[in-house]
Order: sequence, then structure tokens, then C-alpha cells
Amino acid sequence: MHAASVLQSVLAPAGPQAAHIARLWWLMFWVATAVFVIVSAFVVGAIVWKRTEPRRDDVLRVAVTLGVAATVVTLFVLLVASVWTGRAVASLGASSTVTIELTGHQWWWEAVYDDGTPSQRFRTANELHIPVGRPVVLKVTSHDVIHSFWVPNLHGKRDLIPGYTTAIWLQADTPGIYRGQCAEFCGLQHARMALYVTAESNDAFERWRMNQRREAVQPTTDNARLGRDVFLRSTCTQCHTIRGTIAGGAMGPDLTHLATRGTIAAGTLPNTRGHLAGWILDSQSAKPGNQMPPNSLPAGDLQLLLTYLETLK
Amino acid sequence: MRTELVLIAAMAVAVCGCKRETRTFRESPPASMASDVAVSDLHPGGGNPPARSISPYEQNAWALNEGKRLFSAYNCSGCHANGGGGMGPALIDDEWSYGHEADQIYRTILEGRPNGMPAWRGKIPDAQIWQLAAYIRSMSGLAPKDAAPSRSDHMNGPPPENAAPRMIPKNAGTPPAAER
Repeated sequence: MHAASVLQSVLAPAGPQAAHIARLWWLMFWVATAVFVIVSAFVVGAIVWKRTEPRRDDVLRVAVTLGVAATVVTLFVLLVASVWTGRAVASLGASSTVTIELTGHQWWWEAVYDDGTPSQRFRTANELHIPVGRPVVLKVTSHDVIHSFWVPNLHGKRDLIPGYTTAIWLQADTPGIYRGQCAEFCGLQHARMALYVTAESNDAFERWRMNQRREAVQPTTDNARLGRDVFLRSTCTQCHTIRGTIAGGAMGPDLTHLATRGTIAAGTLPNTRGHLAGWILDSQSAKPGNQMPPNSLPAGDLQLLLTYLETLK
Repeated sequence: MRTELVLIAAMAVAVCGCKRETRTFRESPPASMASDVAVSDLHPGGGNPPARSISPYEQNAWALNEGKRLFSAYNCSGCHANGGGGMGPALIDDEWSYGHEADQIYRTILEGRPNGMPAWRGKIPDAQIWQLAAYIRSMSGLAPKDAAPSRSDHMNGPPPENAAPRMIPKNAGTPPAAER
């Protein structure tokens, strides 16, 4: 996942909600520009052409009335446009949806893909995949403090409130990778709380979803097997889950399919062997204050562990 | 004018005493020094019991709060129920089966105790066990009052830890077996 191919812009809408918001943004931009130009013209005019005759109250009354009327009409137009955009953004057909339960944590995103069949639900982190052209329902909440979900190319902001679940709809019409960002200050690493949304064809999405539903692949090489043992006997299992093993911690991101993700630590680092090693040993140097403690593993164990983690496709 | 100047000078001196609490994210645990922990005052041969280790985290609000967060994150509440006790003993009262000192609590968490307390050695990093020990002491008012973890998120919780009544530990240091 490279920076160049990832979009994060309100002005490049990739779906109907973002398009409504972009239209409203442009309307406000042009109205504000017009107001600025007109007001500036009057100020310049007043400076250049000084009044020569005495002030006349009847002219003043007309001028003030016109000014107030123009302001009220402009604000009313913007109000109507804003309310209309709000309504348009909130309405989307509910047929054939994908439901994702998104929970904000300090400082990462937990996503559960809902399904009518409980065994088909699965948990992942920091990366969402959505099918193009199908509405997606996001049920958002928070685990600790208030966060805010904001993928500018797809929708506006929605706060994630602890103890309270709200739902928003969105839809992507253009395939691509869109970057989201926590938009409500949530603590020390607020800035390093990114979320990548991959919008892809329905087939690609279903393939991805089928794979995510599976339990973690069993290691096939000796090194990977030993690496799994390192994982299972260390502190990792207190917070992380790898489905298909006894590791079932729920405090940190689910690692069942870690190797399919492009980044680690909520978009902080690319998911490469070296970065992963640094993160495991001393995550506090990359993201001070995050809840992963430093781990001192012997070099051999660390290499085995990395080999195992890299097999988690 | 003179009085004001004196007052300002006094305030300036007082401000010099302010210290910003440090948050150490990369913890080096207070050594695994608790290798020699006495759970009772009884000592064979009449010698002195080993010196107490004090948790450096008791005076640090952030570390106390980490202890509080981990207390629910690691599901200590599953047995100890926010300190009120359930399957496991209460932690907000004055009874300590295996000692109320920080190093004794550390040892209890690290090695487990009979009849239910599992051993967490190798599962919880050392520094976090010390943070938990500091928080557990604050639950019954044994930690200093000037540092407090943040408020509880659940409704109708117990009083804040730094307002908890100080429970003088009963039979401090004497395990029940020694009383018989």
C-alpha cells in the first residue's frame, strides 16, 4: 500500500454521500467567495468615493434593509442546502448491505463483520474492505474515549461514543484505497490512528471475506511451528487473538490474518518484517503511549515469531 | 505595594515546587527484585526478614491508572469483582491472606496462590504486575492519597480510590496458618 495510491480528500468523492458533501462544500465556497468580493467592493468604494453631501436617513434605512435582507436570504439558502445535504446523506437504500461494527480504541480500530450466521462473523482491525456499489452500514461505538470516524472520500465525520452505538450508511462507487483518520482528539496518539478502506469489486470483496472468516493457517514449516509456540507461551496471548489457536485476548487487534494487512499499528508503520520486529520489541519508540508493552525476546525467538506472523495470510 | 511584591515572590517560590508527573512508557520494572519476599513476620532462626520492596508506581497517578485499566483488561474483576470480591477475595477490605505490601501482592500475582489464584508469570509483563500491585493497594486506601487513578467508567462504582477509607490491614504479615 503506497502513499501515492491512497486517497484522502473531501474534494474527490468516491460515493454518493461524499458527493453530496462535496457539492455543499463547493456551494458554500462560491457563496462565501461572492460575499467576500461584494463586501470588499463596497469597502473599497466607500474609501475611494468619499461622501460629499450630508447623511440622509431615508437612504441609510434602505441600504441597511437591503444588507440585512441579502444576509438573511444567503444564510437561509445555505441552511436549506445544508439540511437537504444532511437528509440526502442519511438516506440510502438498505438492500443487500454489508454490516460492520466499528469500535474505536486508543489508538486503533476494531472491526467486526456482522453476519446472520454467528460462525460467519469475524473480527479484524485497522483495515476495512467494502464492495463497490453496495451500501455499507457501519455501527460505530467506542471502547474508551470519544473517537470520530472520518473517511473523507466516502462520508462526513461520525463520532464514536463510548457506551452508545450509532449507525451510518455509506457507499463507494469508485474502487480504490481511501484513508480514514480519527477526527476527534482522543489522546497522545490521536494523529496515528488511521483506517484504510479498500473499495473493491464484489467478487474481490467476497474472496477477501471468505479468507478472513477462516481460522489462522496452521504453520507448515518447523520454524513457523516454533514461532507459534513462542507466541503462545509469551505475553502476546493476554491481549491478542489468533483464531484457531488458544490465543484469545481481546484487548489488542486480532492477528488471525495479520499478514494480509498493509500496515501495523493503525497505519503507523508498513507491515514488513523489520517494522514488525521493531514494533514487537519496542513499540513505544514508534508510537509512545500505546498500550503494547515492550517485549524482550531472545533474538532467535523473535525471528521464529516473525516467521510465524508472516504466514498469517 | 510592598505586600504585593512579597506575595508574588512567595507564589513564585511555591510554583518552583511544582513538578510535572512523568509517564514512563518504556518501563524497566523495579527489578525482579521480589525474589525474596516474606509473606509473614515469622522468620526461621530468628533472623530479620528480607527488606520490603516498595512499588515506585504508588505515587504516580498515570501508573496507578494503568493498573486500574489492566485490572479490568486482564479480567481480575472476573473473580475479584471491582474489588468487592466474589469467587476471589475482596480487595477493598482489611484482610490479606498473603500480605498487603506491594512486593507480596506482586508475588501473589506472579506465582498464584492456592485455591484459585492463577500464576501470571510469563503472561503479564513485570512492570504491569507492579502497576497492578500499586492499584490494588490504592483500592483499600493503602497508597498515598495525592495520586489517584482516573474515575471509573461503570455506573455506581465504589468511591474514588484516593477517597477510599484507609483499611488498616488485619494481622499484617501473618498468614492464617500461623495463627493456629
